[in-house]
Amino acid sequence: MAISQSIEGSFQLIGGNFDNAGEASIKLKQELARLGLNEEIIRRVAIVTFEAEINVIIYAAAGWLHYAITLEQIKIKVEDMGPGIENIELAMQEGYSTAPDWVRELGWGAGMGLPNMKKNSDEFKIDSVVGEGTTVEMVINIK
Amino acid sequence: MKLNDIVNKLPLKVNSYSDGLQKDVSGGYSSDLLSDVLANSREGNVWITLQTNLNIVAVASVKNLAGIIIVSSKKPPEETLKKAEEEKITIMTTSMPAFETAGRIYQLLQGKNV
Repeated sequence: MAISQSIEGSFQLIGGNFDNAGEASIKLKQELARLGLNEEIIRRVAIVTFEAEINVIIYAAAGWLHYAITLEQIKIKVEDMGPGIENIELAMQEGYSTAPDWVRELGWGAGMGLPNMKKNSDEFKIDSVVGEGTTVEMVINIK
Repeated sequence: MKLNDIVNKLPLKVNSYSDGLQKDVSGGYSSDLLSDVLANSREGNVWITLQTNLNIVAVASVKNLAGIIIVSSKKPPEETLKKAEEEKITIMTTSMPAFETAGRIYQLLQGKNV
């Protein structure tokens, strides 16, 4: 594998910009493929980053997706300047969503995003402050 | 089975990236919830959906899907097709509803004539 030490990068995410949704995930996926990571790992990273991107686009004004790739793991941190989540326990329940109807018409907002992110990561942590924003940290182990 | 074999046997119109018809189809997935497709479709699947917005292209790209079939005579907007060309995603349209499209493709993949 062509990974020495750690490869890091970030993507800026713009709230409300559905046209570019998934772009950060597609670029990160290409980078992981170039590094020769196995397909199942790439598949899981793509799912969690895409869902994280969509959440920032639906709910926040802006955000960042940071990644760090080492020999052992891929760390992803997504932080946004959004409204924050009042009840994280509720937000983590599959099917629960506060997305508006027009977002649902696009096929998003089904209350699957956060559960998908948790399901596909080896470590999952979410912190949120109402009125300030939300940070999600995820780790996917390579071995 | 190649995507092309499915296009030849069913009333499908190819709307973008016809080079992708040479791709192998591993199976299919039918859903209009994009998170569901992200989570549960598999590489090489053909995706059957009513959705036409731009985001279907990114989902198909990130999941390495074989192509997208938009059912019930829904027309994908020009911006979706343009993005599909860029991302090398084959989009097909059909007047068949999702149930019939999925049923007939399922039978083709089982080696039956439809």
